Amino acid sequence: MADPTHLTLAAARDALKTKKLSAKELTQAHIDAIARAKPLNCFITETPELALAAAKESDERLARGEARPLEGLPLGIKDLYCTKGVRTTAASRILDGFTPTYESTVTGNLLHDGAVMLGKLNLDEFAMGSSNETSAFGPVVSPWRRKDDDAKIVPGGSSGGSSAAVAARLCLGATATDTGGSIRQPAAFTGTVGIKPTYGRCSRWGIVAFASSLDQAGPIARTVRDAAILLRSMAGYDPKDATSVDAPVPDYEASIGASVRGKRIGVPKEYRLDGLSAEIATLWDQGVAWLKDAGAEIVEISLPHTRYALPAYYILAPAEASSNLARYDGVRYGLREKGRDITDMYENTRAKGFGAEVRRRVMIGAYVLSAGYYDAYYVRAQKIRSLIKRDFDQAFQAGVDAVLTPATPSPAFAFGEKGKADPVEMYLNDVFTVTVNMAGLPGLALPAGLSSNGLPLALQLIGKPFDEEGLFALAAALETAAPKLPAPDPWWSA
Amino acid sequence: MSVDSTLVRRIAHLARIKVEDAEVEKLGHELNAILSFVEELGAVDVSNVEPLTSVLPMTMKRRADVVTDGGKAEDILANAPEREDHFFVVPKVIE
Repeated sequence: MADPTHLTLAAARDALKTKKLSAKELTQAHIDAIARAKPLNCFITETPELALAAAKESDERLARGEARPLEGLPLGIKDLYCTKGVRTTAASRILDGFTPTYESTVTGNLLHDGAVMLGKLNLDEFAMGSSNETSAFGPVVSPWRRKDDDAKIVPGGSSGGSSAAVAARLCLGATATDTGGSIRQPAAFTGTVGIKPTYGRCSRWGIVAFASSLDQAGPIARTVRDAAILLRSMAGYDPKDATSVDAPVPDYEASIGASVRGKRIGVPKEYRLDGLSAEIATLWDQGVAWLKDAGAEIVEISLPHTRYALPAYYILAPAEASSNLARYDGVRYGLREKGRDITDMYENTRAKGFGAEVRRRVMIGAYVLSAGYYDAYYVRAQKIRSLIKRDFDQAFQAGVDAVLTPATPSPAFAFGEKGKADPVEMYLNDVFTVTVNMAGLPGLALPAGLSSNGLPLALQLIGKPFDEEGLFALAAALETAAPKLPAPDPWWSA
Repeated sequence: MSVDSTLVRRIAHLARIKVEDAEVEKLGHELNAILSFVEELGAVDVSNVEPLTSVLPMTMKRRADVVTDGGKAEDILANAPEREDHFFVVPKVIE
């Protein structure tokens, strides 16, 4: 068989079942690809021995005809998911030496369904970033490059290791997490498919917390079908997460190819930002045309509070982060720096352990929650969150089935190009994705073309709560209509 | 709203993060940039709007009040930077 790392997850699954390929061959091919891809820095921890042992078990099960849904399929795991017996870092020095004694529910679900873990993927520190430049383990480099330009391009963030590894064919799919766009923006930057499901669809238990009212787990994969297969295994009720929803998980793969005729697609006028690049505007119009051709009905909608979503997010997310990250105090796990007394020990430990972006956000969070500012900042932002959600509720009540927007305001940029002088410049990457977290809705990013300089561009579909099936059907229709992106040229393995 | 060096130090202490003198000015600029970015929220009319605390209508499930987990002292201490028997060791807090 030709290089099996280029198979889709669905095709690999079928090849394993029909014995055209063994799990061992498939896993070894990915281990070899990872070994050649060191310049991309996708992995913080590689687990080839564990992967081969799991593949051996998968081959035995396949031989007995007892294959589970993801039997023998090699995946990468974002290093924000706790994995029993395997170092987990959140890309932070503060978790130095931390090896969980438990498995996150979502990775447990994947392993239970037969998946093979190749290792732990790099990310922005504590999932705070849009370019992977905040990782304590160095940035991930995108497998994509601009036309006639060797500049290193960012893979997006925070799930940049996940997006780059999937795009570079180092794994068939990967787990990711999304608090303000951290699945969809890196998927958009790397020509991959990423879905952030409805808040509550996946358990957050055992995933290092950033902003608990916004965080959701989801997959990044190379096709809509592959994302659907992975989400089905990841999702589900978990008594250990009180916000996970006790509702049956549909067979999302069955939605691929379902008709979208008569679906009403909202196009929000507020997303046509001043200064939106012509390239992105054209891509969006193209997406509208593709859905029309597939039989959908397009309606202009208004989401009037859109412009307030990002500033409100930059109060709520840091506030929750400052609270969640209070646990890193040098006592129970991770780094400890000595101090004169216990407070000095805390302050030294956190100064040494947190990188600049995490430190900024924890400080902003502490400030907006502090006495005298709580109502002016935090409560006001929560009220604005109500208004943002109400905008979407009203659109859906008026009969809109889903919303189509661009995924990002620009294609991927080169390292150091954004956010050097002003952190807000980097935050603007999430302007189209963050509303979805604020309203708790499902959102999916999928590749729709290439920019004039040869980098992937993506569209975003936003759905009603728990209508991931509707999103997969629409995404599959767009995927069929859109030009198929080539695999990035493997310059890194020269 | 402007973040001066006194406020930077106060916030840093609230967050239990040590800042060096040389970092204070730069941090002040960065925090100012973020706070001026969120300033436009002041323009939104939020009268009669309830703060959103949960995106989905959820009722917390109840469970029987019984012990379902525990007896894992070794697991819990496994990652401790400093321990003695089944205790975390910290600098002295009581004089």
